Amino acid sequence: MTVQPKKLKGRAFLTPYLFILPWILGFLAFTLGPMLFSLVMSFFDWPVVGEVTFVGLDNYVNMFTDDPLFWQSLWVTIKFALLFVPLNLFIALFLAMMLNQKVRGSGFFRTVFYLPSVISGVALAMIWAWVYDGEYGIFNYLLSLVGITGPNWLNDTSWALVAMVIASLWGQGSMVLIFLAGLKSIPESLYEAASIDGAGAVQKFFRITLPMVSPTILFNLIMTIISAFQQLSLALLLTGGGPLQSTYFYAMFAYDNAFKYFKMGYASANSWFMFVIILVLTFLVFKTSGKWVYYEGDNRRGGEEA
Amino acid sequence: MGVLRGRQSQGRGGSLIRKTVAYASLIFFSFLFLAPFYWMISTALKSDTEILQYPPKWIPDVLHWENFGNAWMSQPFHLYLENSLTVTILTTIGQLISSSLVAYGFARFTFKGRDFLFMVVLATMMIPWEVTMIPLYMEFNYLGWINTLKPLIVPSFFGSAFYIFLMRQFILTIPRELDEAARIDGAGSFQIYARIIMPLMMPALILVSVFNILGTWNDYLGPLIFLNDQSQYTLTLGLAQFKGMYEVEATGLMAVTLLISLPPLLLFFLAQRYIVDNSAGVAIK
Repeated sequence: MTVQPKKLKGRAFLTPYLFILPWILGFLAFTLGPMLFSLVMSFFDWPVVGEVTFVGLDNYVNMFTDDPLFWQSLWVTIKFALLFVPLNLFIALFLAMMLNQKVRGSGFFRTVFYLPSVISGVALAMIWAWVYDGEYGIFNYLLSLVGITGPNWLNDTSWALVAMVIASLWGQGSMVLIFLAGLKSIPESLYEAASIDGAGAVQKFFRITLPMVSPTILFNLIMTIISAFQQLSLALLLTGGGPLQSTYFYAMFAYDNAFKYFKMGYASANSWFMFVIILVLTFLVFKTSGKWVYYEGDNRRGGEEA
Repeated sequence: MGVLRGRQSQGRGGSLIRKTVAYASLIFFSFLFLAPFYWMISTALKSDTEILQYPPKWIPDVLHWENFGNAWMSQPFHLYLENSLTVTILTTIGQLISSSLVAYGFARFTFKGRDFLFMVVLATMMIPWEVTMIPLYMEFNYLGWINTLKPLIVPSFFGSAFYIFLMRQFILTIPRELDEAARIDGAGSFQIYARIIMPLMMPALILVSVFNILGTWNDYLGPLIFLNDQSQYTLTLGLAQFKGMYEVEATGLMAVTLLISLPPLLLFFLAQRYIVDNSAGVAIK
């Protein structure tokens, strides 16, 4: 495995550490340090200017007992995730399966689906704000062509969040490519064998495609959950959290507490709670994944080199 | 890497119905994915009265190219462009140097704590930005870096987890015999890194550059939190403010949105093979 002599001395011993030194320093300065600092801050009343006072668990207690915005933003985020996560996975897998049908021009289609994820979230928000425009928006015009009278999307408390789900789905094309890679790694012989055994398309999908692509579903599921719970830019730019806080995401709640009200301690507590939620969700997904994720043999990737 | 290449799925019976369904849905979704882009371009080229017409006009009567110049000049966008370019170029240089050094260290040496440290590298990818953003703001504030481009640039010179991971995977595919031959010829570790590994990992370097350019150019939250003074704004921040501060005609707004989106779109078309083949390949591992 190694070309180093058994006993490393002086410089030779230090060499590998010198190579990874930039990361070690960066990790301490920009990740571990800030994380620990943030944890400490969460137990303090910590304004940007003024006196810092230890408040114990008060920040955490206040969050749950004394802050309607906490519950509102948490609820908005959960609603968003419940809509966005399954829709995103379903559409991405569907499009990947269509692309996998040996269609002509699949390169063109892949490009089209990936395109929106190349531009900035700000550009994406600007475009959708104009698409959704209550008076001149193309969205409602297109809906009117099929006989639907659309709401004033971004100013309607019951539709603003749905509008954000649609705009977010637009920027998620990379997932199609990840699914496509997963689908392409399924050995053709499995389908051939199934055909010989007389399996139909539906059976092949549930017995072969779905199990074989389940590790990719797990990966995408976790990624989508994380991105749903960290949703911020789009809300800041598209609705500013409104109308009536119907799109006031949890990340926005933490952001406002930190950079609008400068309650750094409280905002740190908010952030840590979010971290715990994401960790718990990821853990639960992993925990249940044993039941529905299929790994071929020892090799996690079933055929792909690690 | 290169998972997409090879092993094309064979025609599974290739039934006509299945193909028709596939084409119909792909074309339908392509329309949904392209329509907002088309609407942006078409709006950017309309006159200010044309955008208020209902039913909406798909193609402007006259193409108002001057919208681009007018909107660009209405704000110090040239300053924002300069800032965006500065940040993008410097962070890319930073990532290429530092992430590759670290990746080489992890890929080619056996040392105490290596596997643990590499686990930590991977784990940092899962930390949500919220947890570090507030103390980072205070840290940079303490250093006097708020309202400068430093918070956006400096961290990139310490490597980032995803790029380190990506480059390490790539280095592992380079035969060790090359290193050993060079070592017998008297090359030191750093020389091997600089003369052998770096030239051979060009595809990985290009991929990291593309990812980093796209990510930095498109970043909004970083500039939003660390920059207050308009002269320091990047393009995304300038665009967001452009919409917020004034009542802007949609034509101008879409014109600037289009201008700001052009570089990433162009880069994407140039580097498409790299992105499409490798991003999926990396993610699936």
